[in-house]
Amino acid sequence: MAEMTSTPVLDAATDRTVVVNMGPQHPSTHGVLRLLLEIDGETVVRMMPDIGYLHTGIEKTCEAKFYQQVVPMTDRIDYLCPMTNNLAYCLAVEKLLGLEIPPRGQWLRVMLNELTRINSHLVWLGTHAMDIGAMTVFLYCFREREQLLRLFEAVSGQRMMTSYFRIGGVSVEPPLDFLDRVKTFNDTFPEKIDEYEGLLTQNPIFVNRLKGVGLLSREDALALCATGPTMRASGVDVDLRRDAPYSGYENFKFNVPTSTVGDVYARYLVRVQELRESQKIVKQALEGIPEGPVKADAPKVVLPDREKMKTQMEALIYHFKIVTEGFNVPEGEVYSAIESPRGEMGYYIVSDGTAKPYRVHMRSPSFANLQVLRKMCEGRLIADVVAAIGSIDIVLGDVDR
Amino acid sequence: MALAPAITDLEQLKDHAEVARLLAWKATAVEGGKFDRGELSIHVERTVLREACIILKNDPALQYDSLSDITCVDWLPLAPRFEMIYHLFSTPTKKRVRLKVRLQEADASLDSLTPIWPGADFFEREVFDLFGVRFDEHPNLKRIMMPDNWEGHPLRKDYPVEGYR
Repeated sequence: MAEMTSTPVLDAATDRTVVVNMGPQHPSTHGVLRLLLEIDGETVVRMMPDIGYLHTGIEKTCEAKFYQQVVPMTDRIDYLCPMTNNLAYCLAVEKLLGLEIPPRGQWLRVMLNELTRINSHLVWLGTHAMDIGAMTVFLYCFREREQLLRLFEAVSGQRMMTSYFRIGGVSVEPPLDFLDRVKTFNDTFPEKIDEYEGLLTQNPIFVNRLKGVGLLSREDALALCATGPTMRASGVDVDLRRDAPYSGYENFKFNVPTSTVGDVYARYLVRVQELRESQKIVKQALEGIPEGPVKADAPKVVLPDREKMKTQMEALIYHFKIVTEGFNVPEGEVYSAIESPRGEMGYYIVSDGTAKPYRVHMRSPSFANLQVLRKMCEGRLIADVVAAIGSIDIVLGDVDR
Repeated sequence: MALAPAITDLEQLKDHAEVARLLAWKATAVEGGKFDRGELSIHVERTVLREACIILKNDPALQYDSLSDITCVDWLPLAPRFEMIYHLFSTPTKKRVRLKVRLQEADASLDSLTPIWPGADFFEREVFDLFGVRFDEHPNLKRIMMPDNWEGHPLRKDYPVEGYR
């Protein structure tokens, strides 16, 4: 068989098969993903994902920015979970600096991170169900997502590109009614999940489309570097929130849903369970949130409050110096990984002692998870490709960076 | 919180089972190591990288069964110029280790890890695309981010960031 290249070549020797181009503009690829499918009738013989359409060179751009200027760029990598990206980057720089974050800042981070996870899973659930043909769920999911985006707007002034987490804490104390608004949302959310599940979990059309489709074994999940719900649905019980706690996750009690089946339906169940667990974590965060500052007391790194900056000479000087010159970060390297809604989101940062990072590398979960697609689809029906893409929950901005 | 100084002495690093295991296997395999900010890095000799990974993966006490990440750092103008970075993760013990391999610019190639972890495929293609490091025995070593006809490797430090191409 001829080797498959990114430019499709039809081989006359294998005239039973046809190479079909799926994407880059295809409604079910969730972005600009191009798949080359070699099909024999309705069966996929070979598949090759072709990516890079959204590559913007963020890693290169980071090398020309001050450390604090990288934060807004991390939002744009995975645009469905900006706060998770912010957190992964900030934790890495804080580890380089040896900076401790006050408890209130950590709890706010955990709470917002879980809300982001809910937000991301809602988009996944809506679009995944729509791919299968269940339009209603999409509208229900985006109804709740709208409430979440309003909450993000309340804390950061932005609906999607929040940049709310900063090196040394969060940017400002949230508005006074914020926690009440989160509570209102969170208290009503479990019944909303019941609503989605009522539409899908026992729905015979949905179940028949998903059960036994896109199988991924435990060995393949490990060998292909899959992480997150994709891996947990194949029986690998790893969740970095529990296994390598960061940002105070050790103070929260939650279950890690897993499954040993490894098909698309198992991944659906795992993610829906995660929605419930996230809701529980937000509830605990609301109940136990401590009082105190939201930013670390490190005047050379953390921007002073506006009020102080306008009234105190020293604060003004620090503000000016951080904005114009940045801050030096001690030499060294760190790899800081957190559990994003899609899997292991890792930042590898090398510092050469100056105010700009020498190298920033993002280990994005979607990029690694995309590799399992081939395993899931080859030898299966072409209609199942759509279900399989939805089930690994990739974000193309995260794949290409 | 003051940072503790990094430990780079191999004798002290022998307390870590990963270093001890690799040294016991082949003393020349380990070129150096570092324990800094709670993270262990081991410099591995270029030719034994794949065997070192197999040992770390199969050792019953270590079980580094999952590959987290592969990347590269360009240290221009220093020689050796490139430093390959491998992050391994153990799902049973939840520990991480970082392996490093130094590469000369003139001969920037090393063994591919795809025979051990097929998932290394995309990571190695990314490094090949953006740094120009070659991986022997890689099944499909082609550009992944940039177009196929692109010239140069954008993440190299001498790649121009301004002006027209």
